Amino acid sequence: MKMTMTQKILAKHANLEYVEPGQLIMADLDMVLGNDITTPVAVNEFRKIGLDKVFDKDKIAIVPDHFCPNKDIKSAEQVKFIREFAKGMSVSNFFEVGQMGIEHALLPEKGLVTAGDVVIGADSHTCTYGALGAFSTGVGSTDMASGMATGKAWFKIPEAIKFTLINKLSKNISGKDLILHIIGMIGVDGALYKSMEFVGEGVKTLTIDDRFTIANMAIEAGAKNGIFPVDDITLEYIKEHSTKPYEVFEADEDAIYSEEIVIDLSKIEMTVSFPHLPDNTRTIDEVGDIKIDQVVIGSCTNGRIQDMREAASVFKGHKVHPEVRCIIFPATQKIWKQAMNEGLFDIFIDAGAAISTPTCGPCLGGHMGVLAKGERAVSTTNRNFVGRMGHPESEVYLSSPIVAAASAILGKIGSPDEL
Amino acid sequence: MKASGKVIKYGNNVDTDVIIPARYLNTSDPAELASHCMEDIDSEFVKKVNKGDIIVALNNFGCGSSREHAPIAIKASGISCVIASTFARIFYRNAVNIGLPILECEQAAKEIEDGDQVIVDFDSGIIINETKNKQYTAQPFPPFMQEIMKSEGLIGYIKKNMK
Repeated sequence: MKMTMTQKILAKHANLEYVEPGQLIMADLDMVLGNDITTPVAVNEFRKIGLDKVFDKDKIAIVPDHFCPNKDIKSAEQVKFIREFAKGMSVSNFFEVGQMGIEHALLPEKGLVTAGDVVIGADSHTCTYGALGAFSTGVGSTDMASGMATGKAWFKIPEAIKFTLINKLSKNISGKDLILHIIGMIGVDGALYKSMEFVGEGVKTLTIDDRFTIANMAIEAGAKNGIFPVDDITLEYIKEHSTKPYEVFEADEDAIYSEEIVIDLSKIEMTVSFPHLPDNTRTIDEVGDIKIDQVVIGSCTNGRIQDMREAASVFKGHKVHPEVRCIIFPATQKIWKQAMNEGLFDIFIDAGAAISTPTCGPCLGGHMGVLAKGERAVSTTNRNFVGRMGHPESEVYLSSPIVAAASAILGKIGSPDEL
Repeated sequence: MKASGKVIKYGNNVDTDVIIPARYLNTSDPAELASHCMEDIDSEFVKKVNKGDIIVALNNFGCGSSREHAPIAIKASGISCVIASTFARIFYRNAVNIGLPILECEQAAKEIEDGDQVIVDFDSGIIINETKNKQYTAQPFPPFMQEIMKSEGLIGYIKKNMK
């Protein structure tokens, strides 16, 4: 019987030879993740079970990144609560401000997730690690509590959609444009309950940072996970960052998919998601004249070094439009230092952009760039729901770092070709 | 187990940011979360909701963030059940795990209207619209999930099975 890549990883972790779509399994977990918003609820649930220790102190990661550095007293209390829990349970991977980064950039960088792993995280963008050939998916706080207690989670084996990528992306087009294009094509529930498996010759042309961005937004199509095959690019990243043992899984050639879609990467254009859903996409030439107030470059979707470099390549020799605030968020301390050492900060600061310490803050309207009524932002983040970045009558337009940087300079949504 | 109440109806893709905006996530207190439930999609919700009321929505209810605060806010508002054409998968898991009854039934979701009086029988999956005198049958939960619901959520289930 033939299996997809996701099915093979889940079968192995459930100690089964074969699994089929719809089957319910209990799988062993390699990592359980939570942040400062979801972990407090998980800790309360964990306490109800009545255990005095977690299943494995090295397989839990707690990253206070959403409302951190603490934005108000209540947020500070929440972080204090989970810090004390982590200390009491001797959780080895608690990342304090100063070590902390945006969780989905941080965990791969710290080598805590690797190929063949099964990872759950009480954060919907946990699907990011599919870029490394892991099965990883977002869950809620109770699942996190249960995972911390038992080291296991229940899953329904998903069907999969196969995306065969051919050719390569054109200049100034990134993984963000590709995933926005895909979400626009299949819709915000186009992959509901399913895996998105990316295969084909085109995969080899995508950098690891492009793959992180693409897997990260699988959830915006409703998917359970997004996953890439493991190749030389993946192994290079893994060997540089992790000492954990890894396992390479490959989909069977004649595995059954619910749908197969071929995507010619050379045809992907700069793409923007209009309010208020990520599937409301337009190519850059269809955008029209949209004046903006703020630009955010960063997040678990686009806060990595490639994103910083691409934004800097556009800002070089230009100024942020006088009526636009531009805020840049390198996703981890390591990326921050790297961007600084490469001289990217000189370019950002000379252009008139602000640079922030790592935080999820503005992406979910928490802090560090909240929008007022009627304001519009271009953002490299992942969601543009009503009220996502602030006032319910504000608007968010999702784009790549290149389009976001160009828009910051133009004062309206646009591309580097207009500069 | 049965639920009975007046319907509050929504459309497609009701996301977790409108169910409970992130600006209120600096607390996990159910009553406080409930006081802001549905605020950005329906500012009247908190005023009009009565204990036992039922939310009915179309596709992909609960899409977006993994915040369990969303089903917690709905449950703490007094909502007895959510019926939708489909649910986003993390919301679905979270609702099961915290013991908020949910049912997938496309026809019921489409035909039931705001203000209708509805009775739901969770054991049989039968939904009765008293106002329109119509009956529907929802997809029953697999036995494993029924066990979780009967244990009032995943934590109760784990405690039961650890003994």
